[in-house]
Amino acid sequence: MKTRGACWQLFWAFFRVGIFGFGGGPAMIPLVRAEVVTRHHWLTDEEFADVLAIGNTLPGPIATKMPGYIGYRVGGVIGCIAAVIAIILPMIVAMIVMLGIFSRYRDVAWIRGMGQAVVPVVMVMMAQLTWDFFDKSKAALGWWVSIVMAIVAAGLIYWLGIHPGWVIGAILAAALLRPAGKKKAEGSA
Amino acid sequence: MIYWELFLAFFIPNIIGYGGGPAIIPLIEAEVVGRYDWMTAQTFAETLALGNALPSPIATKMAGYVGYEVAGIGGAFIAVAATVIPTLLLMLGALGLLYRHRDSPRVKRMSQWVRPVIAMMMAWLTLGFMLESLNTSGALHTAIIGIVAAIALIRFNTHPAFVVIGALIYGGLIIP
Repeated sequence: MKTRGACWQLFWAFFRVGIFGFGGGPAMIPLVRAEVVTRHHWLTDEEFADVLAIGNTLPGPIATKMPGYIGYRVGGVIGCIAAVIAIILPMIVAMIVMLGIFSRYRDVAWIRGMGQAVVPVVMVMMAQLTWDFFDKSKAALGWWVSIVMAIVAAGLIYWLGIHPGWVIGAILAAALLRPAGKKKAEGSA
Repeated sequence: MIYWELFLAFFIPNIIGYGGGPAIIPLIEAEVVGRYDWMTAQTFAETLALGNALPSPIATKMAGYVGYEVAGIGGAFIAVAATVIPTLLLMLGALGLLYRHRDSPRVKRMSQWVRPVIAMMMAWLTLGFMLESLNTSGALHTAIIGIVAAIALIRFNTHPAFVVIGALIYGGLIIP
């Protein structure tokens, strides 16, 4: 079998995606495609589109589901592990090292100032994501349904203190079980 | 016990979070800051800032670091495994089934219907970061950094890493 060589190829391909892929999982898909379809021909364009569509039917980060699946297809269990580790491990180590050094010197005034200054930046990034998700939600469900669902969910989660897992779980169940008609259904938690 | 809690704290957000890694952030915050109190809003924001400045998927970076903070290397391993393995096994195991239903309206509806809830939780988290910053840095610094960051990110599409570095320089020189 060509497994051993294939696993190294998988490792380096997804290592590159992990190192150059900024902006979270969904933003990395074009890079995955460049390695998997264009460079190594592990999948055809259509297969890649199918894998992406299948990945999107499941929850969780897309940038680990795709490497895991492609790694498994090309190099079996070892290939799967190699691909996933290559894409996630380098930057996990970087996070632990950098934040470890940072929190060791938290008592120093200017280090603390640096920590405080990134909070507004994260606020803006989160606001961008909020807008992005509302915008997509508006496109799919319309303005009113999105707003009502958001308000009902906010009341359940933050006012009544229900765990978000129950609210989202109930919505997922409703989406799955309701006949494929076009009617909307609220969070029937 | 701590390993089990870590597993749950990352398993639940990843098994209900449709919309890729970013959708999972507010769900993880609800566990890590809200439920288990492992991190303050401040340290969570710092983690997220560095996470956004570095490449590779955000969900696994957060899991790895939070897991390490809470319970060392073993904790990092558990948190990352809880993030990656369950949905990956589902994908490998139920591939035929998923393949048949990849264009199903019901499946599309699942991610569509979850989106407003995720958006609302993201808005809530945005508000939390704002209150945190007003509290620790004051209104003036919050406004200056927030507005400059918004212009850089939205208007000029500046890479998040540069915006974070800019904020670090401002924070190191001006806030103390």
